[in-house]
Amino acid sequence: MIDQIIAFITTEIIKNPTRHISEDQSLISSGLIDSFGLVDLALFVEDTFGVRIEDVELTSSVFDTAAELAQLISKRLPDSGS
Amino acid sequence: MKTLPQLLQQNLIRDPDRIALHMLDTDSRQPISHKALMLGASGYCQALLAAGIRKGDVVIIILQHGLDLIYAFWGSILLGAVPSIMPFLTEKLSPETYRKSLTSLISVTNPAAIITYPAFMPEVQQAVRSTAGVGTLLSSDQITPINEIYPESLPGLACSPSDLAFLQHSSGTTGLQKGVALSHQAVIHQIESYAKAIRMTSADAVVSWLPLYHDMGLIAGFVMPILLRSPLVLMSPFDWVRAPYKLMQAVSDYRGTLSWLPNFAYNFCAQKIRERHLEGIDLSSWRAVINCSEPMRWQSHQMFLERFEPYGLRPSALATCYAMAENVFAVTQGGMDAPVTVDEIDASALQSGRAVVNGGNHRSVQMLSAGRPIENTELRVLTEGRRDAPERQIGEIAIRSNCMLTGYYNRQDLTEEAFFEGWYLTGDLGYLAGGELYVTGRKKEIIIVGGKNIYPQDLEELAGEVPGVHPGRVVAFGVFNPDLGTEDVGIVAESDRSEPEARHQIATQIRDHVTQNSDVAVRHVEAVDREWLLKTSSGKIARNANRDKFLRMRFPEPKLESES
Repeated sequence: MIDQIIAFITTEIIKNPTRHISEDQSLISSGLIDSFGLVDLALFVEDTFGVRIEDVELTSSVFDTAAELAQLISKRLPDSGS
Repeated sequence: MKTLPQLLQQNLIRDPDRIALHMLDTDSRQPISHKALMLGASGYCQALLAAGIRKGDVVIIILQHGLDLIYAFWGSILLGAVPSIMPFLTEKLSPETYRKSLTSLISVTNPAAIITYPAFMPEVQQAVRSTAGVGTLLSSDQITPINEIYPESLPGLACSPSDLAFLQHSSGTTGLQKGVALSHQAVIHQIESYAKAIRMTSADAVVSWLPLYHDMGLIAGFVMPILLRSPLVLMSPFDWVRAPYKLMQAVSDYRGTLSWLPNFAYNFCAQKIRERHLEGIDLSSWRAVINCSEPMRWQSHQMFLERFEPYGLRPSALATCYAMAENVFAVTQGGMDAPVTVDEIDASALQSGRAVVNGGNHRSVQMLSAGRPIENTELRVLTEGRRDAPERQIGEIAIRSNCMLTGYYNRQDLTEEAFFEGWYLTGDLGYLAGGELYVTGRKKEIIIVGGKNIYPQDLEELAGEVPGVHPGRVVAFGVFNPDLGTEDVGIVAESDRSEPEARHQIATQIRDHVTQNSDVAVRHVEAVDREWLLKTSSGKIARNANRDKFLRMRFPEPKLESES
């Protein structure tokens, strides 16, 4: 899941597919994803994993790295905890 | 001729309980009456007075989008002081850069007071320490609305129409040193003429998410509706960008009639809103959605219409405007009495400075008209030799009006440079056809991203700080991105390192460094050989020529940037 998230960010948001982004690298507070890219990220997560990220959650205090986002998604997947 | 404090006072007397604005927060909606607005603003006026601030003093306001900001602005006006709204620190911006921007704002404006949050006070104090002349720092938490208004305690009521009302800045180190100073009469003349052009009355309801430090947000989306008693529905730009559907929801809920949007917002709304967020939305009350503050695209209008027509958006609501802070706001308005004129012109002739109607099979460009000048604003298109350009010939747009800036604050030098025989030289390029203005590009070297003006020299200086880059051998420019409907920022920097790996690393560092220290995210970065950059005959790096060279390198296929 983390790889999918990172691949989406590098190819679709920052449009720089060769760039290496680690799972613990800050994405929002660093400005790597600007405010316009956040909505794209939320749409991608919903379409790919079927999990909703509410607009008020699009802030670095909720998630700031690919790993934290993956964790948030995992918690909301229907079969989580099983 | 009245002044802003007198109009506020008059609104209060006429109908104190009328709603001046609905403040939409992430999870609350608060109606504010004209009386509540006056009481809140008077609280700030009293606090400023008590701190020794007087008529004509500059007050810098550093507050986030919200009631404090609104009260602080009008409170300064009621005192007859001259407020200037400084954008608040964003999450990504480094505090050092912010401090530097603030220092440059302070050094030119010499404010008598700065109003901010207690938590932000240490940050401001650091910036203030390195400059002289700031009188007082005021903490917003110490200021509360008062219970009763005594007109004699509002010195601003005695302002004269030629006194300064407020300053308006664009962002970045360069923009913050160039404050557009506007008088009460300029602001009121603009509102009179512009309201007439769009037939705005107190029966209108304006819906806006625009920031108040920008002319479009400050004038069209704030000062004008409040003074004209048109209820204003105001949301934060930060909320909107995360949830663009909230604009549609607010228009539907409050029966909004007018909104102003920069071009990218048409694309953004059309592409990024989920169907489920539009359930039950009715946009039929929207009588004008006015495209303004960056190059306007026919494609963006089409996209917006296709997406929202099923929700009641009327095709006739699509409108255009050409505006600038130096004229307070609007210069021209299009699309009010008839649909916006679309001029289909020959793309290759456009490259050579002429707007030729496309009769043959040439590739064409659909130009959206910016309409006709508003009342009391005159407009010319000038040739290189500063004579009137013939119809359909591209030249520099110059304007003259009864709502011009008083000057760039404390920058008499810049003010003088900006005028030619009484005409303000806009630095924008365009042509006239059938009495309507078409804006085609810019002579001034400025990048407009999402409606925000960015000075390339600020970005170039930042890129020059990255190790491995030759300072002074960097160029920054804008590249129009049709998907986003706005410009992307591109940077090309010369470096001695020739290994692909090292170049890649330098490019990444430039991207990160500039992004964290400016108001934009950088899209294209290229590290190149020494002597790659083209220079003008006087030895300056030619931004537009280098942009074209970069585009040829990146997109070898003829992806011609015919438009701006």
